[in-house]
Amino acid sequence: MYEQNFQVVIIGGGPAGLAAAVSASDNGAERVLVIERDRELGGILQQCIHNGFGLHRFKEELTGPGYAGRYIKMVQERSNITVLLDTMVLSVTENKTIVGVNPQDGIFQITAKAIIFAMGCRERTRGAIRTPGTRPAGVLTAGAAQRMVNMEGYLPGKKVVILGSGDIGLIMARRMALEGTRVEAVLEIMPYSNGLTRNVVQCLQDYNIPLYLAHTILKIHGKERITGVTCAKVDQNMKPIAGTEFYLECDCLLLSVGLIPENELSRELGIQIDGLTSGPIVDQLRQTNMAGFFAAGNVVHVHDLVDFVSEEGEIAGKYATAYAKSEIGAVNKVVAVTSADGVRTVVPQMINLHEGDTLPIRLYMRVGKTERNVKLAIMSGAQILLEKKLAVAKPGEMIVVEVPSDKLKTSDDKITVILKR
Amino acid sequence: MKNTKKTDIVIIGGGIVGTAIARELAKYELDIVLLEQHPDLAMGTTKANSAILHAGFDAPEKSLKALLNVRGNELYRSLKDELDLELAVTGSLVVATNETEMKTLTELEQRGKNNGVAGLKIISRDQVLVREPNLSPDIVGALYAPTGGMMWPFTAALAFAENAIRNGVEVLTECPVTGIKVDNGKVVGVDTPQGFITANYVINAAGVHADDISRMASDDSFTITPRKGEYILFDKSVGSLVNTIIFPTPSKISKGILVSQTIHGNIFIGPNAANSSDKEDVATTTLGMKEIIAGARRLVPNLPLSSAITQFTGVRAVADSGDFVIRASTITQGLIQAAGIQSPGLTSAPAIAEMVAAILGNQGVNLTPKRSFNPINPPRVAFNQLDYAGKQAIIAKNPLHGRIICRCETVTEGEIVDAIHSPCGARTVDGIKRRLRPGAGRCQGGFCGPKITTILARELNIPITAVRKDTAESQMFYDKIPGGCEVTADV
Repeated sequence: MYEQNFQVVIIGGGPAGLAAAVSASDNGAERVLVIERDRELGGILQQCIHNGFGLHRFKEELTGPGYAGRYIKMVQERSNITVLLDTMVLSVTENKTIVGVNPQDGIFQITAKAIIFAMGCRERTRGAIRTPGTRPAGVLTAGAAQRMVNMEGYLPGKKVVILGSGDIGLIMARRMALEGTRVEAVLEIMPYSNGLTRNVVQCLQDYNIPLYLAHTILKIHGKERITGVTCAKVDQNMKPIAGTEFYLECDCLLLSVGLIPENELSRELGIQIDGLTSGPIVDQLRQTNMAGFFAAGNVVHVHDLVDFVSEEGEIAGKYATAYAKSEIGAVNKVVAVTSADGVRTVVPQMINLHEGDTLPIRLYMRVGKTERNVKLAIMSGAQILLEKKLAVAKPGEMIVVEVPSDKLKTSDDKITVILKR
Repeated sequence: MKNTKKTDIVIIGGGIVGTAIARELAKYELDIVLLEQHPDLAMGTTKANSAILHAGFDAPEKSLKALLNVRGNELYRSLKDELDLELAVTGSLVVATNETEMKTLTELEQRGKNNGVAGLKIISRDQVLVREPNLSPDIVGALYAPTGGMMWPFTAALAFAENAIRNGVEVLTECPVTGIKVDNGKVVGVDTPQGFITANYVINAAGVHADDISRMASDDSFTITPRKGEYILFDKSVGSLVNTIIFPTPSKISKGILVSQTIHGNIFIGPNAANSSDKEDVATTTLGMKEIIAGARRLVPNLPLSSAITQFTGVRAVADSGDFVIRASTITQGLIQAAGIQSPGLTSAPAIAEMVAAILGNQGVNLTPKRSFNPINPPRVAFNQLDYAGKQAIIAKNPLHGRIICRCETVTEGEIVDAIHSPCGARTVDGIKRRLRPGAGRCQGGFCGPKITTILARELNIPITAVRKDTAESQMFYDKIPGGCEVTADV
């Protein structure tokens, strides 16, 4: 078992991990390691062959592999970044020792000064939503189907129904249609789509694919391969309405019913998890409750735009480096950040103010349901620290607000983000 | 006929009963062929049940169920080591929530003693809650059975079959029996799509289809009614919800809806019981889910429903007599029934096998012990069970053990390749899942599914489009429409 040490070790070579590595290197980390379990860097971007990535970051519309390629090139240009591909992390200890495995090196041990979690997320499954019926071939998550279609070159069906209107579901509706598959319908249990508006337009409307809002699947039919699904309209409590049932014939059901941050490693370690985001509770430096352990990207909270994932990676990379070099100053004020009244999640959940902090702090929020003509307000007790008008707030689109750091110096120890109607 | 084959004994059915019989009969100088209709073993009742090693206090005294349960429980202790079974004797609890139920527990205790179950005792509410703090505070006491336990039925059937194969038994999969040829009231062989197989003895271990098989040989002395049971399985992260197996106090018809840990550290709840007209109906239902959730909540009020990872339905093979049907047919000579094997069939299987061997002996079959019989299966290599040195050692032998394919259950490519190339190897995606558990974890195959599909195609030398989920016609993928972007598969 060989052993090595690094200043900053990043677990996960997707967009968050790549940006973190580049940022760590640019901020003066001497030895940076990226551990990736797939055979190439880029993470899930590699199977996202559609365009629309990088509008914020590069002011261009790139494909997923194109966006990943930019960052992979940046990583390759920096000689102090080591990449281990085809490598799985088996354990991480409190004293920052990582045990990993791959076919070339076998079991090996790495010690780090700082560790960044960038493992991304996984898809919710049929089991998690407890859809009744049989368990035939042809029922798979939209992401697994995306990998088979885009990376392996095979189709999971020729007549498909999609449950869930998250972005992956919408993108896969278009992708399957482009491959000549008939997309019967996209069903969404909520009365609104969970995806980006542009995806509803470009992936469904442009292809005449019907979107059934407030609908769900009651039963999956078929013994060997799926033969159809029974659908129904749901009421406000998401309960099926009797008499609204209808049958859709299909040979494939794709599920796009949510993403769950992959925090098995972080949980085992005892890192504190936010019950709403399912990701670690982090401060504005993306440091978790355990000193020297940072997190970035979809492992923290599920993003809709990769640009923000990269941004979070950069933050984590910069401050993990500062931590490794003992350059993070003493904390002189801790402000807890919570959400209420229509705002479902907020990241960071903690702000640790240090001596000389001057940069504004960006808060990333998601609302619980679609609302129009509202004001987003950041409250310190009864006092409004900041207000922003929103013509529309949608659960599928992350809201970003900058809070000047001097406002936090005088605020309460707890601030709350709310929607004012 | 395409082919003909000649053997002494044909066993119909590759579930826990058929495979246990195959392994038992492999101890003797006999030619044996086991036929399984599906691409893999144990795809019927064996793959979807409560997976419990029952102590044996439930069944009526002197019934076959009672006798064979207690004997089977005993036999598994030595089989665990011989066949490297995934089995743990953890003890089980039957809990009572009122004084009437406590009375039933006393009856159960007495019945268990009469059945020969060792170590049963009634324990107090406090003793129960110390063992199982998440149980309902309404509980007033429990019957503790130290010989109760849990196992993984699929790999048990596989282990029986593998050991049988090592000792000369031939196992044919995708080989349904389409007819039994009877001449002068005597079995002479069976028809299959793979040809006619001449045999003087046919053992019917066809699970829910056992009555259909029996009728092929003109014996309609029993009927099998399929009885569905639905389950919900939970993630390992809530695996400490209960520490063993918790039964409610049983009713006259069923052991009730239980809450139990699995041998792999997950939690399950279920089953309900609903007679069905369709032997193949393994659909879960909204009503069934509600029923088992309500039932389980009576035992454990705080169910972590958001940690559910899958739901499934099993079908019990219930004979009209209510007891196991294990006997030589009185109508057709050479037909031996091992039918109506519902709970506690899994526990009873090795004892059923002994009984079938004895019946064959009584029928005049020459049971000469095979001197070369080797009862031992080589131990399985489970990467996630090894320490780092052990992991390093197997990677040094085969670097594919260094590539983790399933991140939820930590399963390596080496293990998957071995499972495909072992005796009675995996042929389907679910076959890999049932052997090694990739796809049985929290992501339910979302990440590893595409990789396992490509590994199966590569190792079996078949196109991706021929890779199946579980049954004969359950292909998972189509070729792209010509003109689409073609990418070569390479894992």
